[in-house]
Amino acid sequence: MKEKLTGAQALIRALEHENVDVIFGLPGGCILPAYDPLIESKIRHILVRHEQGAGHMAEGYAHVTGRPGVAMVTSGPAATNLVTPLCDAYMDSIPMVGITGQVPTAAIGTDAFQECDTVGITRSITKHNELVMSAQDLPMVVRQAFYIATTGRPGPTLIDIPKDVLQNEMDWYWPSDDEVRDSLPGYRPNVKGHTKMIQEAARMILAARQPVLYVGGGVLKARAAGVLRELAELTQIPVVTTLMARGAFPDSHPLCLGMPGMHGTATAVTAMQKADLLIALGSRFDDRVTGKVSGFAPDAKIIHVDIDPAEQGKVRRPDVPIVGDCRLVIEEMLKAINDLLQSGETQADVGPWRSRVSGWREQFPLAYDQSEPGAALKPQFCLEKLRDGAPEGTIVVSGVGQHQMWTSQYWNFEEPYTWVNSGGLGTMGFAVPAAIGAKVGRPDKTVWAVDGDGCFQMTAQELVTASLERIPVKIAILNNSYLGMVRQWQEMFYGERFSEVNLSGTLPDFVKWAEAMGCVGIRVDDSQEVESAIDKANSINDRPVVVDFRVAEDEKVFPMVPSGKSNDDILLHHSQDSRREFLR
Amino acid sequence: MSGSNPYGQDSQHHVLSVLVQNRPGVLARVSALFARRGYNIFSLAVAPTEHPDYSRITIVVDLASAPLEQMTKQLFKLIDVVRISELDPRFSVERELIMVTVKATAEQRSQIVELTNIFEARILSVGIEALTVSLDGSPSAIDDFMKALHQYGIVESQRTGLVALPKLDRAAPSATSSATSSNATHSSQGKAR
Ligand SMILES: Cc1ncc(C[n+]2csc(CCOP(=O)(O)OP(=O)(O)O)c2C)c(N)n1
Ligand SMILES: [Mg+2]
Repeated sequence: MKEKLTGAQALIRALEHENVDVIFGLPGGCILPAYDPLIESKIRHILVRHEQGAGHMAEGYAHVTGRPGVAMVTSGPAATNLVTPLCDAYMDSIPMVGITGQVPTAAIGTDAFQECDTVGITRSITKHNELVMSAQDLPMVVRQAFYIATTGRPGPTLIDIPKDVLQNEMDWYWPSDDEVRDSLPGYRPNVKGHTKMIQEAARMILAARQPVLYVGGGVLKARAAGVLRELAELTQIPVVTTLMARGAFPDSHPLCLGMPGMHGTATAVTAMQKADLLIALGSRFDDRVTGKVSGFAPDAKIIHVDIDPAEQGKVRRPDVPIVGDCRLVIEEMLKAINDLLQSGETQADVGPWRSRVSGWREQFPLAYDQSEPGAALKPQFCLEKLRDGAPEGTIVVSGVGQHQMWTSQYWNFEEPYTWVNSGGLGTMGFAVPAAIGAKVGRPDKTVWAVDGDGCFQMTAQELVTASLERIPVKIAILNNSYLGMVRQWQEMFYGERFSEVNLSGTLPDFVKWAEAMGCVGIRVDDSQEVESAIDKANSINDRPVVVDFRVAEDEKVFPMVPSGKSNDDILLHHSQDSRREFLR
Repeated sequence: MSGSNPYGQDSQHHVLSVLVQNRPGVLARVSALFARRGYNIFSLAVAPTEHPDYSRITIVVDLASAPLEQMTKQLFKLIDVVRISELDPRFSVERELIMVTVKATAEQRSQIVELTNIFEARILSVGIEALTVSLDGSPSAIDDFMKALHQYGIVESQRTGLVALPKLDRAAPSATSSATSSNATHSSQGKAR
């Protein structure tokens, strides 16, 4: 006799079978049945204050663990609250599984209370989604959702479950790997790169005189940081790590040029522009990296390794396209290069290129004007102190805006999976919940979120969740009283006509707000107080801490490639303008 | 679509024959993808295949709106899409069906019947002042038929959109140049995401 379970029991048991250890969520009418068997389950549930928080927590968890994050919410408004995190996860290829309640099957299509077309709304922002019409289908749908979210190019999946499907009885079963595979005849991700193409790539790599390894988030998804380092060291090719790939290659490594793109280092940007070969590994030629596409790396041949064939040629036609998993492909590439070297082939001399690149690095370090005594604190200074005071292996999470760019620039990323941010969608409000999710995933690590005053106000309520669930994250608000990034564009490109960017220098009182949410709140106005505040924050491990750094309002992020301009038109910090010709 | 042939000789059309799992929402997934990525569709026809688990969607796409390669690769990312065949018009057989109700006064009726015979169309329904006729053929034959009927006054018409299959090989199986090989096929086996 098969075991009879309700759909709800089957759902929770299926999640247990998928080794889910935590669900971020908030119950309501249609998902109610699923919350009942949860009481007996060993799965931890973290009750959020807003469903967007649940989604970003699931993402933060997935970022640092590599395992899919799970968010469970009810129908209608809760499902729509999950839309932003799903889209965020889709853009950044984060494995996550969303579970939404739905009105009973008989009520679907009637504009029932809290009905919305969840699968319709989320169709273009999930890798796959499914409306489950029978309790009997639940185990298979759950397995498919996890399988699809975590294989190939990872991404979010969504399971929409009508209330009666949760209540109905089913005969429990657990599909085998083969059954899952067979149920998806249209899904066969290709992980192994084409041998001929890999050999061709190896030859191009050895022949290149000015090559650059253009490393994207795919390298982290493929857990390929180790082999990437082997490849770079074997060939002595300099590495740039995109915003999504910070940490994939150690910033302290002599071959590391830092971040490319709109706010990348002058060295990383220029090295790509002057390259004769770009080896794109799990990167997607995003507009924030390429600048004006027609002016991007004009002389470079392209080797493009990506598990998603649709990325090949989407922006820039590769000379050698390789569809496959970055780790497997780099391993094969290493073999192919070593074979060539053993057969007597030699690598072109990259020495002159490396010294040219080193010259740029010396001439164009990151720069900002130190603040005069008594003048407003500089955000970059706060970041340097945060970075220097952070315990080893600290995970840093950011919101979206100037503070995000400064964090990416000024932090030293030495290990993979220590940087969590919203790259593709650029979601303000990401930091606080994502940091909470990251801390749940890696309780052994210190988690610092660097947030903007604007971003913080979008999702700060989740610090209540963090306090109650004893998740001791640390939040540094780089509080410049402005929607700083927008202000920067208005200053630079709209003739200093500031429109709706001032957030007020007085409200809210972030310290009181933090305290009201059960956190320790610390305000820092003066550069003298920075270190002691950071030390204090680092010493608190029983509750969340919020440090409100009151920083200068008018600081701008440099370097900058203005939107729509070529990377050759990079704007440098004013102290480096006179040296501009060195970039030629 | 009335009047000029939207996918005539000089237009940039291509036919995608897309085998999908026959599941709820699959047509919505395909059409949403085209809408979201800004790919234009000239016509779309969908029906179950000989196998009940699968449907075939025949899409005539506008290559002026995006490169064919991107369209097929993005389509492939849909989990329900099992196989895509790109049918180059030169190497495929294409058919479309049209039904037209045309005004037909007593004097004109015989002329219209004659046209119907010439085009090998069929009369489906006869009214006092109108006839409904149908024609299946190549899109250009249908265009020509419509042009010929135009002067009598079209009451309403409905085209099905194109369906197509690869042209069969006339040479022996061992021959190197096969018609189907001119039509790229992406099957799920070699397919990656
Ligand atoms: C949800 C959302 N709304 C609007 C934007 C546009 N935007 C990008 S950065 C930014 C300003 C962010 O302000 P703040 O959090 O204070 O960060 P700062 O730039 O000042 O460091 C805005 C409004 C966005 N990225 N996300
Ligand atoms: Mg701000």
